[in-house]
Amino acid sequence: MRDLELARIRSRKISAAFFYGLIILATVLSISILFIIIYHIFVSGVGALDFDFFTKIPKPYGEAGGGIAPAILGTLIMLLLAALIAIPIGVATAIFIVEYGETKLATSVRFAVELLAELPSIVVGIFIWALVVRNLTGYSGFAGSLALAVIMIPIIARSVEEILKLVPDTLREAALALGTPRWKVVLFIVIPTVLPGMFTSIMLAVARAAGETAPLLLTSLGNAFFNFNLRRPMAAMPLQIYSYAISPYDDWHKKAWGATLLLIAIIGILSGAVKYFTRRWNHESR
Amino acid sequence: MKKPWMVLLQKPRPSKETSPGRLPLIKDPGDRVFSVIIGSASVFVIVLLSAFVLLLFYDSLESIGRFGLTFISGSAWNPVETKLNPVSFGALPFIFGTIVTSAVALILATPLAIGSALFIVEYAPLWLGKIVSFIIELLVAIPSVAYGIWGLFVLVPFMRGTVEPALQTILGPIPVLGALVEGTPIGQDLLTGSVILAIMILPTILSVSREILQNVPRLQKEGMLALGATKWEVLTGAVLPYARGGIVGGAMLGLARAIGETMAVTMVIGNSSTKISPSLLTPGYTIASAIANQFTEADSAVYFSAIVELGLLLLLVASVFNILAHFLTQYILKGGDARHA
Repeated sequence: MRDLELARIRSRKISAAFFYGLIILATVLSISILFIIIYHIFVSGVGALDFDFFTKIPKPYGEAGGGIAPAILGTLIMLLLAALIAIPIGVATAIFIVEYGETKLATSVRFAVELLAELPSIVVGIFIWALVVRNLTGYSGFAGSLALAVIMIPIIARSVEEILKLVPDTLREAALALGTPRWKVVLFIVIPTVLPGMFTSIMLAVARAAGETAPLLLTSLGNAFFNFNLRRPMAAMPLQIYSYAISPYDDWHKKAWGATLLLIAIIGILSGAVKYFTRRWNHESR
Repeated sequence: MKKPWMVLLQKPRPSKETSPGRLPLIKDPGDRVFSVIIGSASVFVIVLLSAFVLLLFYDSLESIGRFGLTFISGSAWNPVETKLNPVSFGALPFIFGTIVTSAVALILATPLAIGSALFIVEYAPLWLGKIVSFIIELLVAIPSVAYGIWGLFVLVPFMRGTVEPALQTILGPIPVLGALVEGTPIGQDLLTGSVILAIMILPTILSVSREILQNVPRLQKEGMLALGATKWEVLTGAVLPYARGGIVGGAMLGLARAIGETMAVTMVIGNSSTKISPSLLTPGYTIASAIANQFTEADSAVYFSAIVELGLLLLLVASVFNILAHFLTQYILKGGDARHA
């Protein structure tokens, strides 16, 4: 009888250990994916990063050499314009959801933001194509910026909403009790309290948009030359990576890896370094 | 969302007996201006979402009218008129590709995500859990096209040379499973697309599951531990039943992302065959990759309309899964009992 019980306890312990092992295995596998991908991108990409890569325009089909300067420039221009469009709308939406949360409208706005944020990005491309490219500008940097802005708006709205919720209600109550009108409470009490956090989440949204490819494929199309005109097709790094990667030339493959490394570095800087600086900013202001 | 401080915004009600006069009601013209500005930005977001649905619907009208339900059930995708084949758009192969890749991706990613989430929440010390979840959730930050290039130059040769032949030797002789891996391993196929998708939705499922697991009440876990249950028995008896609904929600969110994912899949899935076969080792299309590949080629109005209808399909399906996921996860995070979900 005692032996039987001991054996049962042992088998229960063994199965606990077995599943613990499986859980560890799953974790190790999940972690290693990131390192494997980053390793390959770094090793294959670092060789492509020379002076020409950052300064020259792409060479014609099959010729070695040249760089991807127009793509770097195009990405920066389109991101900047998209951010200028998306930040006011996204932040205002977040303020509405949090500060006017008692209204029915706020609930539906929140729902719309949720759905927009999870829209497949290629659908955003089709939408902007049908709305802007077809009738107004043709394939253009402007259309690309709009597509990126549409992607940024719900991300900004969602993350700024989370940040605004961190402001304690007692702060709002104190200000209101002193007779401060509501708009001043929001603009001069609530927002300054969370400004660093808002800045971080906006930068994260910009970083997300920096890597978007599918919508740009349908809107800004890409361009092998320098172009500052927003009414003309504009190059972008993700587009360049895509077209180089599926091309048959080894030199272009190498450049695609290089551009991928650069893109990931830019995304890392936008999201990582900003966090670091806002942390320091927080410390100093306290 | 009525908050306590909103009482302050209500008009003060003076009682006749006690108050000698009315309390001064705060009225500021700035409030009206501010709420109009903020409100119109928010209304813009709703308008934007409605415009998405309406414009895509409007542009796919031609295709909807001409092909009706055969668009979904038909498997002949002939954009060019020839003597043998009249123009027809049946998206079944694309729909099939999307369903297969998303389902296989979900099967691959969910156990990994749940396992890692259990490790982070239930086993690891706090600091280690934080590091692990940070590392896995960094996968979200990698852009789709970067997964694509990695998939094309690293994963595809690896699948062709190692994984697929191995799968064939293991699964080949088994009657039903053998059909899944028939054919020559070429690397650019449905299976590789699924693996890339699995990697991409892993962080999504993980972060939802982690959040859900962190919300499991301690009391039930402690109760089972006190009765002498092993850690694994606590997980299966108290933790997972409670979290089940939420984890399904996380998986659905992952599924919605997998359905809409475009670039990475486009680069590894082959984009060449439109035939439907049970083997995962055949190249194929997903709805999203078909749009990305053919959008700029659409030279006739009806071709374009058919592609927009693909986009509409994608939008509707992804939204449905998102809404489902939303309700499943919110229910738990707001303290409902998931076992009845």
